[in-house]
Amino acid sequence: MPDAPGLELIRGEIEDAQPGAVLDTGFEHGRASLAIAPEHLLAVLAWLRESAGHEYRFLSSLHAADYLPAEPRFAIHYELLNRDRVERIRVKALLADPAANGNEQALPEIDSCVEMFPTAEFQEREVFDFFGIVFKGHPDLRRILLPDDYVGWPQRRDFPVGGEPVTFTYNEKNYG
Amino acid sequence: MRSRQLRARDMLRGDLEGEELERYVEEKVVMTRLEEMLNWSRANSLFPLSFGLACCAIEGIPMSAVTARYDIARFGAEAGRASPRQADFIVLSGRVSIKMAPVVRRLYDQMLEPKWAISMGACSSSGGMFSNYAVVQGADKFMPIDVHIPGCPPRPEAVLYGFTKLQQKIMGNPDQGWRARYQAEGTEEWARGGPRSEPSAESAEAYLAARELLRA
Repeated sequence: MPDAPGLELIRGEIEDAQPGAVLDTGFEHGRASLAIAPEHLLAVLAWLRESAGHEYRFLSSLHAADYLPAEPRFAIHYELLNRDRVERIRVKALLADPAANGNEQALPEIDSCVEMFPTAEFQEREVFDFFGIVFKGHPDLRRILLPDDYVGWPQRRDFPVGGEPVTFTYNEKNYG
Repeated sequence: MRSRQLRARDMLRGDLEGEELERYVEEKVVMTRLEEMLNWSRANSLFPLSFGLACCAIEGIPMSAVTARYDIARFGAEAGRASPRQADFIVLSGRVSIKMAPVVRRLYDQMLEPKWAISMGACSSSGGMFSNYAVVQGADKFMPIDVHIPGCPPRPEAVLYGFTKLQQKIMGNPDQGWRARYQAEGTEEWARGGPRSEPSAESAEAYLAARELLRA
C-alpha cells in the first residue's frame, strides 16, 4: 500500500509524464486512489504497470459506479495490485454522461484496457451489461449476464427498481 | 396367522365352498375402477426431476425431503430422474431469473404427460425478496404450477404437506394433461405458428435408407 505521501509522489511523477491526467487523490481506510481524466486512462495504467519501482502488473478488479446526481456521473474503478510487494492502488476514471446534453441514447465511452490486462475482458463486458458504458477497442462487447435482448442498464441509479408492489400493510401505509 | 395360511391352502386346493369361499373372497379382494387404481399408483410412485435452481435446492430438497429424517421415499418419490423425459414432476427450488425462465419452461415442456409442477419457496412462487430487474415475479407467469409451497425456505413439514397435497390432487383428479387442467388448449407452440416438430431432411433421408436396407 503506498501511504499518503507515497501517493502524492506517484501523483507528481504521473503529472510529469502526463500533464493534466490526475484530477485528484484520495486516501481512505488505508487505500490509495487516483482520480484521473478518462482520456489519459491507458497512459496512466501503462505508466503504473511499467515504470520501475511501481510495476502494478495485476488488475485484480474492474468495476463501475454511478454517482448520480454527482458530476461527472460515472466512475470506472481499476484495482491494481503489485504482487511482489502486495501493494494495491485504485485508479478511478471519472466519466461524464453524454445523455445529459440532450441525446438520450448516447452512451459514455472509455478506452478498453484488454490489450494491457486480458482479465479485463469479461469485467468490461459486465460493466457494459449493467451500466451501458462502452469500452472502445474491446474485442467482443456484448451483454454477459443479462439476456441478449434485454433493454436498459439496470445498475444505473435512474433505472426503476422493478418487481411488483406487494400489498403488505407496511407498503400501503408508507407508499399509498 | 396359521389358520389363514391353512385357509389359503384349502382355497387353492378347491376345498373351500359356499359361505366360506364368499367370506374369503370378500376379505382378499378390493373392487375399484381402473382409473382410480391408475391414479392411486401414479400418486404413489412419482419421479421428480433432479433439478435445482437456487438455495432451496440446497437447503430444501435434500434436508426436508430426501434425508432419512423426513424421507420422501415413504411417499414413493425418491427416484430422482436426470432426464425430463422420465420425470413426472418438477420442483422449482429457488428464484427463477429471466434468463433461466425459458430453460425451465423448456424442461417442463420436455416432460411427458401426465406431469406436475411444485413451486417451492417464496422466490419461485412470487419473486420473494428479489423484487428487481432480473427475477421473474412468480414462476406461474410462464408455466402452470400445481402446488405453491410458501416459506424461505419452507419447513420440511410444509414441503411434505405440499407433496401430499399434490398426491391428493392426482388421486382426486383423473388427469388429462396440464392444458386440459388449466383450459390452455391452443397455446401449443405449433398452434401459435411456432416451430413444428418435423424431422430434418437428413434424418428423413436416413430413415428411408434404413427402411430400404431392412426390406432388402
